[in-house]
Amino acid sequence: MQLSRRQFFKVAAGGLTGSSLVAMGFSPTAALAEVRSFKLARSTETRNTCPYCSVGCGIIMYSLGDRAKNAHAEIIHIEGDPDHPVNRGTLCPKGAGLLDFVHSKNRLRYPEVREPGSKEWKRVGWDEAFDRIAKLMKEDRDANFVAKNADGTTVNRWLTTGFLAASASSNEAGYITHKVVRNLGMLAFDNQARV
Amino acid sequence: MTNHWSDIKNADVVLIMGGNAAEAHPCGFKWVTEAKATNKARLVVVDPRFTRSAALADLYAPIRTGTDIAFLGGVIHYLISTNKVHLDYIKSYTDMSYLVKDEFAFEDGFFSGYDAEKRKYDKSGWDYQLGDDGFVKTDPTLENPRCVWNLMKAHFSRYTPEVVENICGTPKDKFLQVAEMLGSTHTPNRVMTILYALGWTQHSVGSQIIRTAAMVQLLLGNIGRAGGGVNALRGHSNIQGLTDLGLLSNLLPGYMTLPGEKETDYAQYIAKRAPKPMRPGQLSYWQNYGKFHVSLMKAWYGAAATRENNWAFDYLPKLDKSYDVLQVFELMHQGKMNGYVAQGFNPLNSFPNKAKVGAALAKLKFLVIIDPLATETSEFWQNHGEFNDVDPAKIATTVFRLPSTCFAEEDGAIINSGRWLQWHWKGAEPPGEAKTDPEIMAGIFLRLREMYKKDGGAFPDPILNLTWAYKVPSEPSPEELAKEYNGKTFADQLDPKDPTKVIKKAGELLDGFAQLKDDGSTACGCWIFSGAWTEKGNMMARRDNADPWHNGQTLGWAFAWPANRRILYNRAAADPAGKPWDARRKQVWWDAAQGKWVGSDVPDFKIDSAPEDGMGPFIMNPEGVARFFARGMMNEGPFPEHYEPFETPIGVNPMHPKNPKATSNPAARVFKGDMEAFGTAKEFPYAATTYRLTEHFHYWTKHVESNAIIQPEQFVEIGEALAKEKGIAAGDRVKVSSNRGYIKAVAVVTKRIQPLKVDGKTVHHVGIPLHWGFKGVAKNGFITNTLTPFVGDGNTQTPEFKSFLVNVEKA
Repeated sequence: MQLSRRQFFKVAAGGLTGSSLVAMGFSPTAALAEVRSFKLARSTETRNTCPYCSVGCGIIMYSLGDRAKNAHAEIIHIEGDPDHPVNRGTLCPKGAGLLDFVHSKNRLRYPEVREPGSKEWKRVGWDEAFDRIAKLMKEDRDANFVAKNADGTTVNRWLTTGFLAASASSNEAGYITHKVVRNLGMLAFDNQARV
Repeated sequence: MTNHWSDIKNADVVLIMGGNAAEAHPCGFKWVTEAKATNKARLVVVDPRFTRSAALADLYAPIRTGTDIAFLGGVIHYLISTNKVHLDYIKSYTDMSYLVKDEFAFEDGFFSGYDAEKRKYDKSGWDYQLGDDGFVKTDPTLENPRCVWNLMKAHFSRYTPEVVENICGTPKDKFLQVAEMLGSTHTPNRVMTILYALGWTQHSVGSQIIRTAAMVQLLLGNIGRAGGGVNALRGHSNIQGLTDLGLLSNLLPGYMTLPGEKETDYAQYIAKRAPKPMRPGQLSYWQNYGKFHVSLMKAWYGAAATRENNWAFDYLPKLDKSYDVLQVFELMHQGKMNGYVAQGFNPLNSFPNKAKVGAALAKLKFLVIIDPLATETSEFWQNHGEFNDVDPAKIATTVFRLPSTCFAEEDGAIINSGRWLQWHWKGAEPPGEAKTDPEIMAGIFLRLREMYKKDGGAFPDPILNLTWAYKVPSEPSPEELAKEYNGKTFADQLDPKDPTKVIKKAGELLDGFAQLKDDGSTACGCWIFSGAWTEKGNMMARRDNADPWHNGQTLGWAFAWPANRRILYNRAAADPAGKPWDARRKQVWWDAAQGKWVGSDVPDFKIDSAPEDGMGPFIMNPEGVARFFARGMMNEGPFPEHYEPFETPIGVNPMHPKNPKATSNPAARVFKGDMEAFGTAKEFPYAATTYRLTEHFHYWTKHVESNAIIQPEQFVEIGEALAKEKGIAAGDRVKVSSNRGYIKAVAVVTKRIQPLKVDGKTVHHVGIPLHWGFKGVAKNGFITNTLTPFVGDGNTQTPEFKSFLVNVEKA
């Protein structure tokens, strides 16, 4: 941003003089940029895809921070991607509200457990959650795994635990989910496409 | 979609039926308005409600919910009887001349082979006559009474405009206007696209409705054409990908299928899925099944999958029956399940008969929820008053709730309805301690594997041998996983045409599925995605939106499966001699000088098969052509037939009034107790249907402030006539009940729903948006699926959410 010296003094004249600002290491250009620029101009743009319906509209997410290790990236604006051949920059009322989805107060933040008969959630650590879930799964699998059916045919299936997979998770998440779930011998396995 | 979103602009006629793209897929619907604006396209909408899609239509026809087969059957009858068919297309590209076995018959609502006790057909008679040479017998003169064409003509001759009016409630003149508009595309220079969604799938005859639509499009010669096709507008952003990846009870990635328990022989398992051509000179591409399957097993089990152990065939679980979600919740309700994991899925809201689903969950020992949001399912045990009236003290299920990232916080690809794999990038850190789905799956799996390694247990072999060579085992990266489903080679691969040339060096990523082998030298996690991440890089991340042919193909944008092909069956866009049917819509054609197929799209064909070789365009079918006659592939018959919804407002199937067993789908599975939970029109006189609104997405956006503000409170839509009859004014609170429960909501009294005259009775519809629940930032409401019946489509078991019976009264 280029500004004239006179404009700079006008902006800076709020109790401080221009010369003292310069003495403190602020050049007119940098100092004025602080005052005048939109937040968007300092944000990082990231291309993404709307996670709602199956049109797959391209979106651009604007986040504060420059991806530096210690800069906490926070998304401040989401809009349609004008380069996208399907939505060409447009979004519907659902897609236009995506920012509020990212920041919904109902986003889950920590692993929790609800014990039998309890009325409430209890926060737990990831290790405890993973350990307990894996233990429950193994107990059930070991107790109920069907290696052979009544005819003596090898069937290697586990029917007493089931898995419902997502509908907006990525292919990569879906692929590894299938790999793990089928590997355990589960058949009670579906995704949202079933309904 | 056989086609894709931007391709809609190429259409001359757009039929929206069983969907409401303007509200449910607004930015995709823009291509309909584009077609209207730039291509003089006409939009036809057939729907029980005058939707926002209907508001922009050139022609709107009302229809009673659940009667689409009668309507489309009427269209088939109209097209055949007025000769509005693309004869050159169907002669060469369909099974119309194939001869059908003499055993096949249709009588009084049943096809041959029905077992009323088991509610199942013996389908052995539903097939072609075979000649001594093993190929299907045909009669190109179409004179043989057993040819598909004559059987089909006879079958649909019953669907006259009068029958359509009587069953569907569509006034005859409206129906005929629609039929005529659709029929106008039977010429080679006019094309129609059909757009549908869950309004077709969520019926007990859903698959057959879609088949009827496909038959209409074949008759008109609209499959494989730009601006044509049968286009499923999928409901979620990556439901296409999750389906392609086979996350369904009976599937493996890439539409391969799990073995049944009777399939004990590996060679037979493969042979059954790799059918030999049924006509001379056909490709029957599934003959490559073995290559896809072995490559999958190599991706999953690496060195542990060997020729000697049939590529770890025993590691795969064997099916004894279907384990679709209705079956699974039935088993859970019977107390036969102990554990359940719901990843990004809210079954308490999403499955029919909420009371049954909640009671089933309460019988589990443990439930694991993986989700970015606090779903109703995660709190099925908590009392939320009238919305979820349960006693936590009596529910002994241990529930874990694990926070996962959302789209904005991860890299990866999702697939839109047009089969485009589009890569996206992470823009922010997730809230709190949320993890990505792959990290969560790894967290659980690595612990399980550790325990099996240390303590042993039931059949540990697959668990111990699963490939897991990720750089950080607890965090498999999207890049690593994408490369794994793309596939790679373990050995140098030689050029089949010149074995002195190495086309792929050992360890390299594959260019596509044509390079897969069944000798264990290649690995590929999902064959149809092969080509998505090659040695040239991430093809899904491509962003060249150039459209040099002005037909919306944009081959340089992202990656479309299969093989970056944008329109499926596009060989059928050219005539049998290989010339485009329509010079205005040039897609692929035969270039004799080059000796190959060329064009604006990637040809869906054997690239060097000359037209005179006579290979058909439907290369995935062993016939090489498309089927009007579905053989034994559908459970309720080779031809679609109208059956009433399981809850029918007229109580009878007017096609078969004397056979009460043929009132509703005779081959649909109904569990004990659920049949009894169906209501009748006596108590519940109104036809109800559920749907989405423009302002909300499923059960997610009630957690989103801006959407909660623009559409805050649960409502139902009723027509003015019914409102008057019941003394209900706009804004009154009403109670809507089915035989399974009730909801209360605000009444919206509207002209958009008109009463229909059906089989001599007046049928009113009640429209029920589905977006509310007891968690969210919108005003809490009732779960709509409290009302819906626990019965599914006869083939897919997709629940009949779109047609059921309710009563309405002032609350």
